[in-house]
Amino acid sequence: MLMALLGRLGQTLLVLLGISVLVFAVFFATPGADPTARIAGRNASPETMAAVRHEYGFDRPLPVQYLRMMDKLFVTRDLSSFVDHGQKVVPEVLRAAPVTLSLVGGAAAIWVAASVTIGTIAAAMRGSWIDRGLMMLGLVGISMPVFWLGEVANLVTQSRYHHSWLFSWVPGLGYVSLWRDPSGWFAHLVIPWIVLAVLFIGIYGRVLRADLVASFDEDFMRTARAKGLSDSRVLLHHGLRTSMITFVSLFGLDFAQLVGGGALLTEVVFGLPGVGRLTYQALNNLDLPLIMATVMYSAVFVVLANAVVDLVYLLLDPRTR
Amino acid sequence: MTATPGFPLLEVEALTISLPARGGGWTDLVRDVSFSLAPREILGLVGESGSGKSLTALALMGLVDAPGARITGSARYRGRELLGLKKREMQLLRGAEIAMIFQDPMTAFTPVYTVGAQIDEQIRAHRALSRAGARARTVEMLGEMGVPDPARAADRYPHQLSGGLRQRAMIAMALSCNPSLLIADEPTTALDVTVQAQILGLLRRLRRDYASAVLLITHDMGVVAETCDRTMVLYSGSIAESGPTDALFLQPGHPYTAGLLDSIPPLHGPRPRRLPAIPGAPPSPAQRPQGCSFRPRCAFNHAACLDPPPMLRRGRQDIACVLPAEGRDLPPRPMASFDAPVPA
Amino acid sequence: MKGHGRDDATPAAQAPGGPGPAVSTGPAQMDALLPVPTPLLEARHLVREYRVGGAFTRRRQVLRAVDNVSLQVFAGETLGIVGESGCGKSTLGRCLLRLDDPTGGEVLFENRDITRLGERALRPLRRRMQMVFQDSYSSLNPRRRVGDLIAEPLRVHPAPEGSSRTAAAIRARVEELAELVGLSAAALSRYPHQFSGGQRQRINIARALALSPALVVADEPVSALDVSVQAQVVNLFADLQERLGLTYVFIAHDLSVVRQIANRVAVMYLGAVVEMGDADAVLHSPAHPYSAALVSAVPEPVVGLPDRRTVLTGDVPSPVSPPSGCRFHTRCPAMRPVCRSEAPKLRPLGGEFRSVACHFPLTAA
Repeated sequence: MLMALLGRLGQTLLVLLGISVLVFAVFFATPGADPTARIAGRNASPETMAAVRHEYGFDRPLPVQYLRMMDKLFVTRDLSSFVDHGQKVVPEVLRAAPVTLSLVGGAAAIWVAASVTIGTIAAAMRGSWIDRGLMMLGLVGISMPVFWLGEVANLVTQSRYHHSWLFSWVPGLGYVSLWRDPSGWFAHLVIPWIVLAVLFIGIYGRVLRADLVASFDEDFMRTARAKGLSDSRVLLHHGLRTSMITFVSLFGLDFAQLVGGGALLTEVVFGLPGVGRLTYQALNNLDLPLIMATVMYSAVFVVLANAVVDLVYLLLDPRTR
Repeated sequence: MTATPGFPLLEVEALTISLPARGGGWTDLVRDVSFSLAPREILGLVGESGSGKSLTALALMGLVDAPGARITGSARYRGRELLGLKKREMQLLRGAEIAMIFQDPMTAFTPVYTVGAQIDEQIRAHRALSRAGARARTVEMLGEMGVPDPARAADRYPHQLSGGLRQRAMIAMALSCNPSLLIADEPTTALDVTVQAQILGLLRRLRRDYASAVLLITHDMGVVAETCDRTMVLYSGSIAESGPTDALFLQPGHPYTAGLLDSIPPLHGPRPRRLPAIPGAPPSPAQRPQGCSFRPRCAFNHAACLDPPPMLRRGRQDIACVLPAEGRDLPPRPMASFDAPVPA
Repeated sequence: MKGHGRDDATPAAQAPGGPGPAVSTGPAQMDALLPVPTPLLEARHLVREYRVGGAFTRRRQVLRAVDNVSLQVFAGETLGIVGESGCGKSTLGRCLLRLDDPTGGEVLFENRDITRLGERALRPLRRRMQMVFQDSYSSLNPRRRVGDLIAEPLRVHPAPEGSSRTAAAIRARVEELAELVGLSAAALSRYPHQFSGGQRQRINIARALALSPALVVADEPVSALDVSVQAQVVNLFADLQERLGLTYVFIAHDLSVVRQIANRVAVMYLGAVVEMGDADAVLHSPAHPYSAALVSAVPEPVVGLPDRRTVLTGDVPSPVSPPSGCRFHTRCPAMRPVCRSEAPKLRPLGGEFRSVACHFPLTAA
């Protein structure tokens, strides 16, 4: 087991190395993409260019540049932005990360709870109008773009009905740290959570229902019924538990890509200073160190989440052990 | 091998299972099946795929869930009607009074729980026992079914056991609440012959050790011959013939039974140059021929076969064929292959 | 042909229902020119190993699916290979046709070592040896018509020298094949799913015969079929052998089916052949305790048989770590101390084609 974990860790590191080399190559080693010109600004004198080049080490061979970059990113953590001179990149990402984690974590809790409920109810009542209604709702949820839904939510809760008794508690856009003000944190995030979760509730609810309905044809479900178990026990203890295997692997990937910056639109719409928004800004200004940092951050999350999914998989499915 | 006389444990009468047909009407998958099962009796239900044998068993368990399926007739267990029984009452019966085991013990266990946990679950569904109490019973049952080191085996997942052990565990689970009737649906089809022999031995022992009756569903005439007291042959959803196993195997009354027996290559005795095969294939339930559904494949097909065959009694056998009434009995089969040397 | 020519000199002459010992049909005639019958197919010390072990468990182990198997198949005969699941009989079948690459040993087809031939060099030989599988459905492309499926090998393989394959010639050949396996001409324009299992197996057989092979390896070709249909297909195999002089390697777990069709059988246990010989001799007076147990375990559709069963205890051990000495000693009812330490070699027993791998065979001669 320890060997397995170590092996997994080694794989993770290898993947991270690959991603960092790739990103570095795309932004720094692509012909025509001279970072010096970007940092020094337009029409900079050759002297300034040379000074910048030396300062950032662009006159050194590429592998050295790469190593310096990684050193600044992971060891000394003093890589600074090209655009915002002096602004340290790593702390910026670390400041944004809790915001994104709060947003995605809350949304994930909602979407898991809601989709499991919906999927299970629909599967249990398969063929009924409740099943059809829930699946229709799911489809509606999937087809509503998150930025549109977010804007509508803002319109309703921030302006149109803000003064009604229903939404007067909704604070303005932005983020409050959980440690500083837990209730404020919740109030700020609850609407973004729901908005972000809607799409996934639709997808996961439908996937789970399909999986559960398919499982009714499985031999082991028939055995469970032949044992004289109640319908709910057969459905939950045998059907749902087995369907969770697919559910979890899907969840791991979605969760990871959202934490890695995929919740960009939600963050922008609700003014949340998260990693997605940071990446968006960095790409807008072609701020290479910041791009490097956010991409590496997101890669770390995706790879970590994958490792976690694999471990959960081991727990959920004894056949993979 | 005679049935224990007495009040029937299970009495099935005119059981018919139909599905709505395309373009209106009904397609009968099982047609007018009647039989009874005495306590401690082993009844074999034989037929080829699509004959309706598994569906009959599922109907007794209340497990037919094809959408729109219509089940008519009656099935009385200890005098109590099973068809249309309330869900909750059926659940109390299932697993406790009537248990069922299935063909493939690999897929019949939920893959994510240990075998022991699944047996515990059944025991606790029907008996007021603590976890530890249920586990003790589980281990006891596994041991009795010949699982070596039963306490450890209980903690293993289905995929970690061999096919034979899995089927033993499945039987242990089915018997854990001491049912009076065990329905075994092709219990040895997925197993190798040497393991099959072990499992069949186990099934034969049940009547003595657990006073259980067994409804054994199989396609294998060999399995029936050496396991069952009585045999019922299904063809295309209806009973072709039923009777005591020895009588039925010695002188089959229905040409289908005879054909089925003839088409099995003999392991001993003279080797036929060609096997006497039954031509063609069974009809689909939606396209059964008029009259006797075996008619197009039957060597004795004649005008009388255009009418639905009557169920006639000859000696101890019930035969759904006009031949006995016409005085044209099929020839008896050899008693046993006497030239088979007994291995040292 | 009563008694199946048990005392004939060579199994090559034992084509079931063949006109007589010295005459055989089809490809067997080529061998008749040679003074000593040479096997059509021969395996010498064949080994096939697989590496096993999951992605997470680092322990890599070697599974020896086929362990040092030597056998000969003579033109015109049927060699049955029997054994329980996991005994390596299917792997052996695939190795014999080079559909799987042996790890060690040699395969000779028509006296030619084909063990290390590349795919290109194998191609002309592929037409001479074909395979029929158990699952009649998954081996047929559901979106193609039966006629096209049967014609496929004819289109893929170049025509033999001196002849050409026009569309008309292919159509004629396909119709001929359909008639040969008992399919109607109308069947050719339909799709596989419109047929029953037995009919689909006929389609598979027609396709395997399209290039007039000398050797057909059939892996459990009737075990998915219902008994009444199974008999039809078994008869078809026998008829085709008689008409075309085919040589079969017939792999099956059902001993009665194998006895019906095979002249000789090889019994496999945990990757190795434990007994080989004339079909009736092996099945009626088995020399290896495993063969004996296997035969006695078969439930026969006859009532009134004396209970003479030797029920084996336990399960087949894992082929990853086979038992020491004789691989059957853990379940053998006649085990003695030497069986635990010394592996018995497959050695001749009595007749020329009878051999057994047991220290204490049940029959002496």
